[in-house]
Order: sequence, then C-alpha cells, then structure tokens
Amino acid sequence: MIAIVDYQAGNLASVRKAFDHLGHESAVTADAEAISRADKIVLPGVGNFEATTALAGPLQEAVEEAIEREIPLLGICLGMQWMFESSQEAPQLRGLGLFAGECEKFPAQVKSPHVGWNQLQLRGVSRLLRGLPEACFVYFTHSYRAPLVEETVASCVYGGLFSAAVEHGQLFGVQFHPEKSGTAGLQLLRNFCELRKLG
Amino acid sequence: MLTKRIIACLDVDAGRVVKGVQFSSLRDAGDPAELALTHGLAGADEIVLLDISATYEHRSILLDVVRRTARQLFIPFTVGGGIRSLDDAAAVFDAGADKVTVNSAALADPALITRIAHHYGSQAVIVAIDALRVTNGNGMFFGVKATGGRHSTGRKAVEWATDAEKHGAGEIMLTSIDRDGTRSGFDCELTSAVVNAVNIPVIASGGAGVAEHFVEVFRAGRADAALAASIFHLGVTPIGALKQDLLAAGIPMRWPC
Repeated sequence: MIAIVDYQAGNLASVRKAFDHLGHESAVTADAEAISRADKIVLPGVGNFEATTALAGPLQEAVEEAIEREIPLLGICLGMQWMFESSQEAPQLRGLGLFAGECEKFPAQVKSPHVGWNQLQLRGVSRLLRGLPEACFVYFTHSYRAPLVEETVASCVYGGLFSAAVEHGQLFGVQFHPEKSGTAGLQLLRNFCELRKLG
Repeated sequence: MLTKRIIACLDVDAGRVVKGVQFSSLRDAGDPAELALTHGLAGADEIVLLDISATYEHRSILLDVVRRTARQLFIPFTVGGGIRSLDDAAAVFDAGADKVTVNSAALADPALITRIAHHYGSQAVIVAIDALRVTNGNGMFFGVKATGGRHSTGRKAVEWATDAEKHGAGEIMLTSIDRDGTRSGFDCELTSAVVNAVNIPVIASGGAGVAEHFVEVFRAGRADAALAASIFHLGVTPIGALKQDLLAAGIPMRWPC
C-alpha cells in the first residue's frame, strides 16, 4: 500500500486518483502507524513551506524511520522542497536535509509563480523517469525552487536552471505535478509504483 | 521553455455545457465530463469548468459534475461560478478541482482571495475579471462587471487586477464581455493593460475564433494563456491543429501532448 501523507497542504485527492487509475492501492493518511506499515510513501503538497510544520513530530519520525528501512519516498512539489535543508519561504524551519541546499525565490525578471507546462532536461540515469522522452512537458506551479544538486536527474529552465527531479537510492523528489502532467506524469507514477528494492 | 497555455472552457448550466454570445442566448454543447476528456486528449493544457448560473440563481456548485469530470482528468482542472466562501472553495477542491476562480464574491470581499490562498496556496486561486469597454467624457476605460456580467461595479479592470494580486491571487482570468462569443479575436489592448500591471499569469478569454487570434493575444496581448470554449466544443478550430499553427508561428506550445 502507498501512503499519501496528509498534512493539510493542497489537493491530495488528485494523487490518490492517479494511483487508482494505474490500479495501485493507496491511502491518504495522517496516521504515523499507517505510514510505518506502507510499502511506499508519497509526500504531496502545494503552497507555503510553513505548511510542513504540520509534519513535525510523529509524522516526520515515521517518514524518517521509513527512509532508514529504504522504503521508496516520493516528494511532490512542496514535498520535494521539504526534502532539502531549508527554504527562503520560511527560513526559521528546517527541511529533512536529504538533499543539500536551500530552496529560493525566482529572480524578479520572471513572473512568479512559475505556472504551466515546461520541459525536462534529463540528466543521467533515473529509475523514476524511465521511459520519459527528452524535453517532455510536465506541469509546474510553484513560487520557490530547489537548486541543482549532484542528485538532480532532471532540470528545468525558468529564470535560470533549477532541479525538476532529484533521485538518490530510494529517495525521489519532483518539483512538478506528475498527477497533472498527462501521460508523462502517469508514466512517472507507474515507475514509482513498480519500484523494487535496491540491490 | 515555459509554453503558452491553451485552455478549454466548459460553461455549465444545469449540468450541461452551454455556450452563449456576449453572456446570453445559451445553447446546449454536451456533457461536461465527456467534453473535458475529449479536449484533454486533443491537447488542451487545462480544463476550466464554470457554473455560469450559480451566482445568479444562488445555486451551489454542481459538485457531482465536478467529481465526475475530475475523475478521468490528469491535467489541471479549474472550477468556478458561485464560489462565495472558503467552504464553497473547499467543497470544490474536495470534489477534485486543482484551482478555483472567484469573481463576484471577491469583488464584494477581496479578503476571500486571501483566505483561500492561505489554505490552498496562491496557485489555487484564480481571480476572474469580466471587463467591458466603457466610454465617458474622459475617454475609454475597462470597467469591471459582477454577477455574470449583469452588474456594474464602478471598478477598473487594471486596478482590480493589481488589487487581486496583492490579496494573494495566483492568476488572473480576464474575459472581454465585448468579445465573448463573437469569434472576432481577443481584446489585446485589455489583455496587455492587465499583463503590464501584474506579475502573475494572465489568462485571456473572450473572442477566440481562429489561430491568428491566439497569435495576436500571445504577442501583442502578452497573455500567458488563452481560453476558448465553443470553437473547441463545436470543432470549429480543433485544438491539435491550433497548436500546430501556433508552433509554426513561433509560439511555444506543448505539442505533441
């Protein structure tokens, strides 16, 4: 079962709906126990980095414990940003620090939020992005962005380069919304559903 | 590159898609869920469902239509019409919408934009502005109408758009009442006036006919997205052909989809 972590940050039903469509069982939950029992975990979310304060405590512990057991974790949008160290949006808060760096605002010369369909530049080998064509279009909607890191497997250009997807072992993050990105997004979610243990 | 968006709009009345000319004389154009899916497969970048009679008749949003439409869509889905409170918005989000549009209720109480943005993020709140050219002794300006174009508000479109952005709107959906349903082209002057005044995306609406109209509103109007309804429902201008024409004209498009 895939646990979709409910921390009151945006439309979780659409992620659930996509898994239903793909024939994979998932549940939207705020229960740390349910997260501990899950085969895979999704951290969805849109909106302000401050919303991640709702994760502090038992939910964060359950997620971190699952990471130690190498349970696949997919952060989407705000969920991905929480996997970094911090964000300029709420500098007093800490992220999980699974990826290095701070999420930052877009430069003033481009409109913010970055809303719409933009292209992925694929970098290196990715299990999550397997089968996605180079320069394919996915749907973004965000005001802050994650920096390029060693684990960046797809970048995107909007007021400069940023991380569109990161991947390290069983840890995956996407800035865009696969549940809203048509066939490319569904392919990515299918890849996540079909992930096997490493090694 | 970030593409310009082509948005298919479903104007829904009593659970059916309808299309009027200059906000009146409605006729049936099909089932919302079926049309949304068809447009999505044809290449629409987003679907907008507007319950056009909701405010006027004080009906609640047709949540089951929203639910049914959302079920099979894996592209962004916006719902508007008659959203007067955070609770109205919450019900629409729960039924599967990704964004809501607010119009008359936001004019009456701009803090509604802030309340929805606080809970769901600015990206989830689109402020819909119905604008009309008004001429008086001092010349022409773009006035704002409320309640589906029925009531004047005394406000100017540019000023209301900047105000809406300050209150937390994530996008502006700007409809020219003068051009609505006429297929004579978007009001590029109106569009660029608002685009120049705000730093959030602007969706141009009203007047879509042929591909050239879209080229104009993306170039001269500097719109981020363009919305159309009947030309897509009735197959006058198929979305795929439109996108290919726009690509050929040098406008960045998501194609193939």
